[in-house]
Amino acid sequence: MNGERNNGEQATEGFVTVVTAGQIFGLKLDRVRDVFVPQGLSAVPLAPPEVAGLLNLRGRIVTALDLRRRLGLPAREAGKPAVAVGIEDRGELYGVIADKVGDVLWLKPSAYEANPSNLDPRWAQVCSGVYRLDGDLMVVLDVDKVLDFGQFGAAA
Amino acid sequence: MDELLSEFLTETGERLDELDVNLVRFEQDPNDAEMLNAIFRLVHTVKGTCGFLGLDRLAKLAHAAETLMGQYRDGAPVTVEGVSVILASIDRIKEILAGLEREGTEPSGSDADLITALQELAEVSAFERMGGDSGEEDEASWHAAEIGEAGNVPYVHATLEELERAWREAPGPDPVPAAEPASKKTLAAAEDDHASENGGKELIARAQTVRVSVDTLEHLMTTVSELVLTRNQLLDLVRRTDESEFKFPLQRLSNVTVELQEGIMKARMQPVANAWQKLPRLVRELSLELGKKIELEMTGGETELDRQVLEAIKDPLTHMIRNSADHGVEMPDERSSAGKPQTGRITLSAYQQGGYIVIEVIDDGRGLDVQKVRTTALENGLTTLAELDRMSDADILKFIFKPGFSTASAVSAVSGRGVGMDVVRNNIELIGGTVDLESTSPAGTTFVIKIPLTLAIMVALIVEVAGTRFAIPQFSVVELVRSGAAAGHPVERINDTAVLRLRDKLLPLLDFGALLGLKEGKANLDREDDKNLTAVVIQVGANYFGLLVDKVFRTEEIVVKPMSSVLRHVTMFSGNTILGDGSVIMIIDPNALGSAVGSIDTQAAVADAESVKSEEAEEERTALLLFRAGSETLKAVPLSLITRLEEIPLDAVERCNDQDVVQYRGALMPLVYMQADRRAPESGVQPVLVFTDADHPAGLAIDEIVDIVEEPLSIDLQAEAPGVIGAAIIRDKAVEIVDVSHYLGAVFDSRRMSGFEESERALRLLLIDDSQFFRNMLAPLLKASGYELALAASAEEALALKDKGERFDLIISDIDMPGMDGLALAKHIKADPDWGNIPLIALSSHASPRLVEKSRAAGFESYVGKFDRQTLMHTLQDYFKGWGAAA
Repeated sequence: MNGERNNGEQATEGFVTVVTAGQIFGLKLDRVRDVFVPQGLSAVPLAPPEVAGLLNLRGRIVTALDLRRRLGLPAREAGKPAVAVGIEDRGELYGVIADKVGDVLWLKPSAYEANPSNLDPRWAQVCSGVYRLDGDLMVVLDVDKVLDFGQFGAAA
Repeated sequence: MDELLSEFLTETGERLDELDVNLVRFEQDPNDAEMLNAIFRLVHTVKGTCGFLGLDRLAKLAHAAETLMGQYRDGAPVTVEGVSVILASIDRIKEILAGLEREGTEPSGSDADLITALQELAEVSAFERMGGDSGEEDEASWHAAEIGEAGNVPYVHATLEELERAWREAPGPDPVPAAEPASKKTLAAAEDDHASENGGKELIARAQTVRVSVDTLEHLMTTVSELVLTRNQLLDLVRRTDESEFKFPLQRLSNVTVELQEGIMKARMQPVANAWQKLPRLVRELSLELGKKIELEMTGGETELDRQVLEAIKDPLTHMIRNSADHGVEMPDERSSAGKPQTGRITLSAYQQGGYIVIEVIDDGRGLDVQKVRTTALENGLTTLAELDRMSDADILKFIFKPGFSTASAVSAVSGRGVGMDVVRNNIELIGGTVDLESTSPAGTTFVIKIPLTLAIMVALIVEVAGTRFAIPQFSVVELVRSGAAAGHPVERINDTAVLRLRDKLLPLLDFGALLGLKEGKANLDREDDKNLTAVVIQVGANYFGLLVDKVFRTEEIVVKPMSSVLRHVTMFSGNTILGDGSVIMIIDPNALGSAVGSIDTQAAVADAESVKSEEAEEERTALLLFRAGSETLKAVPLSLITRLEEIPLDAVERCNDQDVVQYRGALMPLVYMQADRRAPESGVQPVLVFTDADHPAGLAIDEIVDIVEEPLSIDLQAEAPGVIGAAIIRDKAVEIVDVSHYLGAVFDSRRMSGFEESERALRLLLIDDSQFFRNMLAPLLKASGYELALAASAEEALALKDKGERFDLIISDIDMPGMDGLALAKHIKADPDWGNIPLIALSSHASPRLVEKSRAAGFESYVGKFDRQTLMHTLQDYFKGWGAAA
């Protein structure tokens, strides 16, 4: 499945959107494997706070990351539903946990803008721009940066 | 690419690797004629095959190399230059092969540089050897080669004859070479026989092995892992339900899975020497480049490692050798002035230790300079002066493992290129291993690499703490102990750190929950929590300590999945796994626990290690009840046989059917006296030892209870009288060990076990135990339950029964027996065509998870404690429940 689609005038790019703490985020369609409901999450003691835990998805171990914690947002209320976006990177499976899943959007590059200069530094680390939607803003999440906790040698 | 070419590439690749190693060795010992011939043959074969396949470029290059090798074979002096050029040619050949693999044809290019060099060297050698007839000899061998097949024997003959002819015709040889031809001839002749013999043997050997592609093995490996997971799921399900019909087949499935898995793992194992192949040449080049004299010693190369792991350690080893050569080993002069031999030595040593393969990289160089490490760490901003002052030398040296560190003041071309020990450590940790600096001094440096033996599947003990489950690798678990004063193992304190008293030794304790941050409180216990915890006794190296957990479940075979890269830095865990119920749990790394314990009285820990080990070998201690009945002699009975100690008011004793009985917990309990004509006294209370068999109580009336002790029980005197098993010395007193079955047997006999289905015939059991006491104890019980029973006092007796043609429906065997033990016996039985299908139940007084595992591995289907009669009877019932219907 292509991440791009030619709409006649401009090639659009596909994004899977999720909502967390009222903000819409988009992840590039070609980086997303699937979307699932995280179940049977086992917490990992002594792990970084962004790591919500590990879960078993059809026999494979998925590392669950909590988007709220990655962005420095307050924790989700207990009992509130959550959804996970499945990503595969270097042979490992990750699940980015958000509040709600939205639609797949095809967006024109003309609607794109770079990160505003006053963006919270924690966000600026993992976000790579903003798309103007009809009456809303979608922040682009850079999948590689979301997964980068400093374990790949780069400074976090 | 066609198959022939493919084969050729693989085989030639292997031959070239072998050549590398052999050439370097040969250079060190040029008089090794066998090595020389081996090398010659290798080059020759490569050349032959290349010619055969029409690979001209390769054939030409190989031929030139072979010519030079031929010179050496015939006695020309081996020069460093010569060997270097041959090595360079081999490299070139590898390049061409790589090109061949990619494109399907030889890459175009000229090797004139090497060929000329080889030819010149060959000429010079030939000239030195026989004064100018080299041209002729060359032609002869080239012609022989054109005949063109890869076999070895005919060639050796042809060229030898030509050589001898040329030799004889050559003018006035020098005295030194004159001594050579005779020995060379006989050597060559012997070589021929050796070769033809070898050729034959080689053919046979080749027929017994099969080439399997690495991908196939990988696939098999993952498939077996999935099988293990699924089997665990099944086991879990069966454990929860009562479907006993699944239990048997599941056990078989389990055993088969274990075998399959072991077989695959073995197939993937290769000797460590494979990873060491390129190192001799590397060291040679390093010595030349650096102007130092270095020799490489390798021991334990036959130690086997998983293929995947082998690949992963090649680079780290290379780097560590480079480091040793570059920074460790000194220049020859420096070594002399330091009183060391001019030739530096790097030693690689591999061996197996516990669940790990250990590889040591040792050099006898100048060692690491703490001062230099300090300065470099400071320079690279890795630490501050204040921090450094607080550190010990050992800690400072650990900086070499930090990223961005390098003490090479001039980044040498050899090493120190910024690929530091941090990368080495990272790569080794990726496969679950560890690398550490063990020691360093002006006399040398030692690094130690530890790699877990099986990557994928291991046996682990599942425990729970603070509601979360974890897996602890079985090989590090020594035993389980219930802590707390009530269990006989009180927790004590030494200066605020908790220790457990275990068999008169002290064991440091770790509060697992606090360590993981899951519970409040320090990592060492609070006084109030002393009672009723379970301590898992763990061994790391020579250290023993106890890990406090809330619950212990069972041992299980788990498939180890590597940690997510995001979590790799958490040292506490070495991986994770999926349990049978689908939940993901972490696997604990015992080494991390070991570090957390710190240095709590390591001396005591070492002493403990000795005692814990010897305790296991010591005699079993039995809890005994000492009492008197009918006479002044002290009598004893194993405490665990007794259900309850009661004092029955005498007016509750009634007479029924000529038997004293008493109403006891809703049932009528007969009272038996040790003296036949004894009656209850008229008033007062009667102390009674209550025994139960399948919910039916029987009471043994005694005079008084004296004591309860825990002592090793060894029956010194076998008794002739009924009712007494024998006499033993308990705490320096002679004590009669009572045969309870004699007194209560009659009572129990009259009852049958409820729920026991009649089958066509009585089921035959074989009970094997070296202790007459236990045989006597269990026999009446089993007989009373309707089983036909045969007894054996040793594994040998049991096997004799088998040879006599006896058959049984089930075998119950003790594990600890002198001579052949239960585990060996089980293996024998399982391998026997007649007895192989008989279910085996193990009996023992120990119940360490390790022993349970071992007995399961040996073929026992169940494991029951010796004194746990209830479980034994229920287990037997389970096995035979379906039989009445089936028979």
